[in-house]
Amino acid sequence: MCLGVPGRVVKVAGWTATVDFWGVRREIRLDIVDEPVSPGDYILNHVGFAIRRIPEGEIADTLALYEQLLEEAGDDIMASDIRGEIRAAGSPDER
Amino acid sequence: MAPPQLDAAGNSSLPTGAAELKFRDPSKARALSVALDRVTRQIGRSPVSVMHVCGSHEQAIAKFGLRSTFPRDLNVIMGPGCPVCITDAPEVDEAVVLAGQGTHVATYGDMVRVRGTVKSLGDMQAEGANVHVVYSVSQAAELARKMTEELVFFASGFETTAVATAAVVLNDPPDNFSVLSAHKYIPPVMEIVAEMPETKVEGFLAAGHAATITGWGIFEPFVERHGIPVVVAGFEPLDILSGLVKLVELIRDGEKRVVNMFPRCVTRAGNLAAQEQLWKVFRPTGGRWRGIAHVPNGNLRLRDEWAHVDSRKRFRIDVSTLWDYAPPALVQDCICGDIMAGISSPAQCRLFGRDCVPETPVGACMVSNEGTCKIWYQYGGHPDLRGVAAS
Repeated sequence: MCLGVPGRVVKVAGWTATVDFWGVRREIRLDIVDEPVSPGDYILNHVGFAIRRIPEGEIADTLALYEQLLEEAGDDIMASDIRGEIRAAGSPDER
Repeated sequence: MAPPQLDAAGNSSLPTGAAELKFRDPSKARALSVALDRVTRQIGRSPVSVMHVCGSHEQAIAKFGLRSTFPRDLNVIMGPGCPVCITDAPEVDEAVVLAGQGTHVATYGDMVRVRGTVKSLGDMQAEGANVHVVYSVSQAAELARKMTEELVFFASGFETTAVATAAVVLNDPPDNFSVLSAHKYIPPVMEIVAEMPETKVEGFLAAGHAATITGWGIFEPFVERHGIPVVVAGFEPLDILSGLVKLVELIRDGEKRVVNMFPRCVTRAGNLAAQEQLWKVFRPTGGRWRGIAHVPNGNLRLRDEWAHVDSRKRFRIDVSTLWDYAPPALVQDCICGDIMAGISSPAQCRLFGRDCVPETPVGACMVSNEGTCKIWYQYGGHPDLRGVAAS
């Protein structure tokens, strides 16, 4: 699945970032992201890894698209894949 | 849910009128739809067939009813873009055998339900095997850290997902953790499909997010060898429509090149840091893709220096122990392979929506959220955009 999901970086600690996905905070890895990331940046998360930093000018459009998709019920394929991408990020409580 | 009625092109004949579809810019969608119709007609042949290789593209096409806005002469086919679907039965068998030997097996949810020659990991779980569903390779490594027994991560996905597996392998995973790789590499299968005489693909729409990592330059050798244009497009409806307009223009003009219609995400070189990790851990090798063919360099396997993390090197996996069982009878009627090769559509399968539904799938294409059959089944009754697209 190659949808990914955008989130806002809250905290960076080494190769791990705490990222906020619409109020859900998860930990994601920064090993393979294309640009350096700092708090306030938005990243695209795929299976628990940031695969790119979203440029400033595209954040609003990207969020709008995902918000529209996430409004769908849980059995919608795209919505459930996006929720899966959020679950793929580590829960801070697990560590 | 009643089986949706679809014609061979995937257009639903169900009455429309449910919730209004929200488009960021309906007038732009309309303009693109008109342009697509015009350019397709200028080619003056029918049908013009193009292929995309991304489950998310098909999801968006189906969800937003885009196919009903496509010109009748334009055939937009989903190719082998579902990693779960193209995982070959003997690869699933390897995971099934490991689970049967008492090894813990962790994998993505869809991979539990997809059947090998005779059984799925879900069947093994029902028989008491230790099968764990995870959302990421990191979660599998964490799980291994909490146990003393061996844990195998049955890894599926294209290069975008293989990059995550590579990063975990490179980051000191626990000693009891290993990877059974069913990762696949998309560019080689495009070569195979392009050569299939039945498919007659004249252009490829490539997945923007995958190209974020590999870069669009990766398609240049393909275009050179096969003389077929490639357009990189994002997955939102307007991105798909504008990508198709460009692709059909290239076909009309006989231009054989790669065009990146997703510049906000994709560069020519791609994400070099990610590629470095990918190729440090994996090497491409030939192998079968379920229902398609043997694909030279289409499989990603761990390099020899990672033998200690490679389940195939760590365990003796004898899949012949499964051969005493016969596969379920319906499987012989499944045309999943032809669907992924673009030769048939789900509507031409006599199992689709009857004996094969998401709750009790026969073929892999009905198992995964990225499978053509499941996507068509789920969105078959979705309202289309005829109102929006009317010129």
